[in-house]
Amino acid sequence: MTRYLTRRLAFAAFLVFAVSSASLVLARLGEGDYVSGVLGVEARRETAAQLRARYGLDKSIGAQYRDWLGHALRFDFGNSLLYDRPVRDLVPERAANTALLAVTALAFATFVGLPLGTFAGSRRNVLAAVIRATSIVFLSLPPLLTSLALVFIAARTGWLPFAGIQSASVAQGNGALDFLRHLVVPALALALPLAAVFERLQAQAMGDTIGAPFALAALARGVSRQRVVWRDALKPSLRPIAGMYGLVIGTLLSGSFAVEVITSWPGLGSLMLDALRARDVYLVAGCAGAGALFLACGTLISDVALAVVDPRARE
Amino acid sequence: MPASSSIGLAAAVVLVATIGAPAVAPHRVDTRFPALLNAPPTRPHIVADDGTWHAPFIYPWRLANRLEQRYDQDRSTRVALVWWSGGAIVGSADDASAPFMLLGADSFGRDVFSRLIVGGRTSLTLALVAALGALALGGIVGGCAGYLGGAVDDGLMRATDFVMVLPAIYVALALRAVLPLVLAPITVFALLAAIFAIVGAPFIARGVRAIVRSERRMEYAAAAQALGASDTRLLARHLLPATAGFVAVELTMLVPAFIVAEATLSYVGLGFPDPVASWGTMLHDAANVSVFADFPWLLSPAVAMFLVVLALNLALQGRAQSRHIQRPM
Repeated sequence: MTRYLTRRLAFAAFLVFAVSSASLVLARLGEGDYVSGVLGVEARRETAAQLRARYGLDKSIGAQYRDWLGHALRFDFGNSLLYDRPVRDLVPERAANTALLAVTALAFATFVGLPLGTFAGSRRNVLAAVIRATSIVFLSLPPLLTSLALVFIAARTGWLPFAGIQSASVAQGNGALDFLRHLVVPALALALPLAAVFERLQAQAMGDTIGAPFALAALARGVSRQRVVWRDALKPSLRPIAGMYGLVIGTLLSGSFAVEVITSWPGLGSLMLDALRARDVYLVAGCAGAGALFLACGTLISDVALAVVDPRARE
Repeated sequence: MPASSSIGLAAAVVLVATIGAPAVAPHRVDTRFPALLNAPPTRPHIVADDGTWHAPFIYPWRLANRLEQRYDQDRSTRVALVWWSGGAIVGSADDASAPFMLLGADSFGRDVFSRLIVGGRTSLTLALVAALGALALGGIVGGCAGYLGGAVDDGLMRATDFVMVLPAIYVALALRAVLPLVLAPITVFALLAAIFAIVGAPFIARGVRAIVRSERRMEYAAAAQALGASDTRLLARHLLPATAGFVAVELTMLVPAFIVAEATLSYVGLGFPDPVASWGTMLHDAANVSVFADFPWLLSPAVAMFLVVLALNLALQGRAQSRHIQRPM
């Protein structure tokens, strides 16, 4: 088990390293750089050269990469050119916003999708059919479309704020409430498609479990269907979804990009986009690395959980 | 189920309109009507206000407030619709001042309906080409890994594992952002197709590998080998066809994922350049909330995208319900 864990950790570390290095080099490779973007074409050559020297953009890619790597090994990821702040402070701040969004969405999807799926999978009535049809509709609405739709609804009705993380004028003491109101639209946009995935998965798993010999035996003994479903069959039917949690983190990260951009949620995705647009090389590397870290943690957690449950998965 | 067949019908309409776009589109994608910026849809009527029946006609829009871009219908003038004129199936008799715009106009005064169906061509073709690319790449990698086994298998599977855990959308963004923002549309098309194919290929490669590995041990494979079939023949003629069912399911999941990926990249301005119509660039034009809240017809590409994805999902139902999550983007 220790060996398995070490290997997985090494892979995760390699992933984060490779992704951030590659994105630093890629961000540097393109035409133009941060300085040409800020100063425009009419800038005096000396001014531009001065700025480049200050940001370390005058060095060759190799030299700049070596410098960055040397500092990164000591957890100094350089300064963001765009925000003039250390990447080490900026990225965790935004990553926390993304994580909050993702966790809220995951919780919503679990608490809505699982019960509905358990119900729809164990019944064959009109309500189950309605749940199923609704799920198929939401399965076809990726976060890009749900966030557009929800922002549209929020803007037309004025029920909820649909942009940003905070109102410009917040009464004292109402900060938390204001924040929660801002969270609703992006979190729902991210959660609805996922809840549909969970509902479908759980309905299928429950349908399979309810037909298993042990469940049939319990039903034959005269145990009520209600009791068999919610007490006996629920636990074994959870396995497919449990195996899915690691993969879901990747889906959430990709989905939250669209949601963040559309709802102006200050998260990792929108930061990465700003950084790419401005050619802010250090910030690009930091964001990409943080994204890779998210995914690596997700797969690591789910793999370890699987290895604990099922020794065969340790390869 | 009537619900699913009506949705299938809607999707079929979208597809037919998209394939026949040049004939169906009343206007060119870059034709602008400067007097009709963000004008609402013109609906065809057959009954006039006085209760008389006519051949299909439209009421033209007259500008009521230039600042708010509000328009009033000019109910006194009827503009007849003409069929099969100017290369399009249907158009307005007075195209210069009262154009027929089924889904209104965008902020440049361009016909949203024409852009929607021509843009659908771009989006759907891109998704299809990228999915076929992913299929070719994944098939080769998975086939080789499953057939050869050993070190090749190990190496190739490590590589696919690595690509699968990459933050796909960030990789696509970074790769796209390296290149100049303004590229020829055809270059963007090739570039996006290549990026999507690489990101999608591992999902196909893993499945193909597993199937080829188990099929290889079957008697028919041994028999073919005993009859002197070469490795390539055995793989191409006997083993890879066994993956057809899996590949079909996988393609119906990759295509919608790629449609959405194109829309996402174009929405943030890293997809196709402006005059090109695609569902993503159309959403990009509508990107401002205050714009699409007032002019909801600008969101019609989102509806079209939903219909296509829904149709593909319905086709998939019962075949692979448990795998919706595997979309790479």
